[in-house]
Amino acid sequence: MTIDYILLTILLLAVIWTVMTIRLIRAVVGLAIVSVIVSIIMFRLSSDLAAVFELSVCAGLISVIFITTISFTSRVSKERLRIRRKERLSKFWALPIIIIAAIIILSRYHPSLNIMLTHAVPEPDVRKVLWNMRHIDLMGQVIILLVGVFGVVVLFKEGRK
Amino acid sequence: MSIGMEQLFWLYSIFVILLFICGTYCILATFNLIRALIGIEILIKAATLLIIVAGYITKNMALAQAIVITLIVIEVVFMVVASGIILGLFRHHNTIDTRKLKDLKG
Repeated sequence: MTIDYILLTILLLAVIWTVMTIRLIRAVVGLAIVSVIVSIIMFRLSSDLAAVFELSVCAGLISVIFITTISFTSRVSKERLRIRRKERLSKFWALPIIIIAAIIILSRYHPSLNIMLTHAVPEPDVRKVLWNMRHIDLMGQVIILLVGVFGVVVLFKEGRK
Repeated sequence: MSIGMEQLFWLYSIFVILLFICGTYCILATFNLIRALIGIEILIKAATLLIIVAGYITKNMALAQAIVITLIVIEVVFMVVASGIILGLFRHHNTIDTRKLKDLKG
């Protein structure tokens, strides 16, 4: 339980840093750290396959996509950065206060979660679930991937000169 | 549900709620499109965490993992397409500030 507290606290701090940092690159690095911590939590909760996906895709691929997007946009001048820093401070000062208030309120509230659970069945393999029970999901994933590829081709197509 | 599981679920639920607050705040307070995408990503992380914890306490880990894998695939495609849209907007307007994107205003 203690390690859960530590991991979740680091996760929250990483998320707050991601939201509040001024540089976009630092925010993306913070997001990658968040993904790594989420994947560690998944390993702890015995979701190995999902953790590997989270680590490789979310911490790796999505960070690369974000960094590529940021590298295509223009760099902000130092003067503009100073102005933005002041603006951000005025916009984001409320977030830590909201977080602390939410922690105080939620930690005082102890609900009795009398959720009725179904009878525990022997745990099937995730691959069997994915291929046998959730094959419509797989079809959906393939369709979404094709739509994504089509979208990227359309969006990145150069206009005729 | 046993007391230990109940405590674990409530602990994770508190942090999921806090993640939702951070993600929503990030989307609402910024005018930068990339930062809005980062906020959406944080919301997706919170949803992922909640699905995994729910699967863990209900002993349906395989199903939870299958759903999370589907979620991750959708997330990646969403991010790629959204990044493409942002780059397209940047090429046309030379900005990704939502205050300056007024072409679709009625």
